[in-house]
Amino acid sequence: MATAVPVLPAAQAKALADAYKAAVAARRQRTLLVLAIIVVLVFVSAQLAHVRPLTLIANIGNFGGFIGRTIPKISAGNFFGDIAEWYWAFPKWLGLLWQTILIAYLGTLMGAVVAFLLCFHASANLARSRWSRIAARRFLEFCRTVPDIVFALIFVIAFGLGPMAGVLALSIHTAGALGKLFAEVVENIDMKPVEGLSAAGASWVQIIRFAVLPQVAPGFASYALLRFEINVRGAGVMGFVGAGGIGQEFLVAIRNFYYTDVSAILLMIIATVILIDLGTEQIRHRLINPEGVK
Amino acid sequence: MSGVPAISQSGRGRLADAALADLDALKQRHGRHFGGSPRRRLAAIGIPALIVFGAFYAMIELNFSLQRILGGLHRLGQFAVLMIPPEPQGRFVAFSIALGETLGIAFLGTLIAACLAFPIAFLAARNVIPNIFVHFAVRRTFDVIRSVDTLIWALLWITVVGLGPFAGVLAIACADFGALGKLFSEAIEATDGKSREGVTAAGGNKLEQVRFGLVPEVLPVIASQVLYFIESNTRSATIIGIVGAGGVGAYLTELIRVLELKQVAFLILMILVTVAIIDFISTRLRLAIIGKAKVV
Repeated sequence: MATAVPVLPAAQAKALADAYKAAVAARRQRTLLVLAIIVVLVFVSAQLAHVRPLTLIANIGNFGGFIGRTIPKISAGNFFGDIAEWYWAFPKWLGLLWQTILIAYLGTLMGAVVAFLLCFHASANLARSRWSRIAARRFLEFCRTVPDIVFALIFVIAFGLGPMAGVLALSIHTAGALGKLFAEVVENIDMKPVEGLSAAGASWVQIIRFAVLPQVAPGFASYALLRFEINVRGAGVMGFVGAGGIGQEFLVAIRNFYYTDVSAILLMIIATVILIDLGTEQIRHRLINPEGVK
Repeated sequence: MSGVPAISQSGRGRLADAALADLDALKQRHGRHFGGSPRRRLAAIGIPALIVFGAFYAMIELNFSLQRILGGLHRLGQFAVLMIPPEPQGRFVAFSIALGETLGIAFLGTLIAACLAFPIAFLAARNVIPNIFVHFAVRRTFDVIRSVDTLIWALLWITVVGLGPFAGVLAIACADFGALGKLFSEAIEATDGKSREGVTAAGGNKLEQVRFGLVPEVLPVIASQVLYFIESNTRSATIIGIVGAGGVGAYLTELIRVLELKQVAFLILMILVTVAIIDFISTRLRLAIIGKAKVV
């Protein structure tokens, strides 16, 4: 049985087709405009950033050569001996790596405490007054906009070289970043328990403790863990400015062309970061849906 | 309304007073709402105790001392005084050029990263490449690249292209390649697949499925992520000069080392203003892309 496909009258079809063409043309024009803007921006920023593709092409062999030289000589005959030689300073590096993790831990913890204290003042639904809210928000914004390593540069001079400067720098930046996220979590809570408690005559602190905290605790913990993960990466480079951790050792290795040391330390950093990523990911999944994981 | 005041002498509600007076009986009747399970209680005490213990251990291990903290705070106070008033002391033009360089690094680095990550992210998406080995391998590659900090990438690239902003561009491109690749592949996996089915039903091959079924769906998400990264890279690019890879970082390091704090304060203010402007533009564009607001 043949099916008749209904066909529009020619005039109507033409009007539709024209409208379609116009719409497509308008879209295409917009896309071209955006592309043109991007191309112009690329040229401007390439000028500003002194991009020299020829240097890159000429020296890209160096990169391969550099990577090649960082690969240690490992023979099957003397496998363990070669590994031991490659990781000749293993205990020292492990100690520094542990120090890096501790810097990240303490920085995250101190930053999270500050963020916790400030986030209720910065949130739109629980702030006690408009001015305290604006002050808290601006302060957190300042803390997170100045990069942690800039704080570290200043703190190294104020507090002296060493991990303490790194911890303080990380914790200030963490306070800013977490404070914003915490405040967002607080803004998304269900306000009914808050209303219930204030109707029963609870004080502001009591409301926070019994109505807000149970709702926000998993979210806070999850964000804090995510920040810890980021801070481990951050603590790894604190040593570049003398603020403790394994960064200093890496900088020395790369500046003095100790090629195999570079690869050894880099591999240790990568392994640590990935392990911590996987660990915190597990805990975060458990926090977010407690029933899901048994 | 009854004439009895809702708030009693104690300042608590009447209901609360009545409940407090009857607390013992309440506890007896609804015992399970008062005591938690022993496991929960153990966790509630044990985990904070562990965290605090860890903090003390870390402080001892990292040589924290009250004396150093107080001395440092004293010096920080002195620095704060020395920072006022922030003034460029004749280096405004130099700072502006360096900031322009920073913006260029951030923009170009992110764009290169996005262009490289976009095609490869499809390989890491489970719904495009069903082969578990391919997408597992690509994902782990992203993870490894991502776990190396931008500053470390900068050091590595400096050995190749020499000191200067170009090394910074390449460093940001590398570090973001990993991060954007991961985000892109997640965005691709989050698509619902209906439009792809439609393209398949109309006789489209694999490539056409991706081009007409997937790309239009993920493009807005990807564009807004790229904008967000440009924004956050403006911040990263300010510090990349610390290792000699261009931008304002070099000035920042040098001026802090020689304690030209008035200039440091001015430079930091300039950075804050620039970052705020970029934030503003990119937020507007992002909202426009995901269709919540109009540009202009």
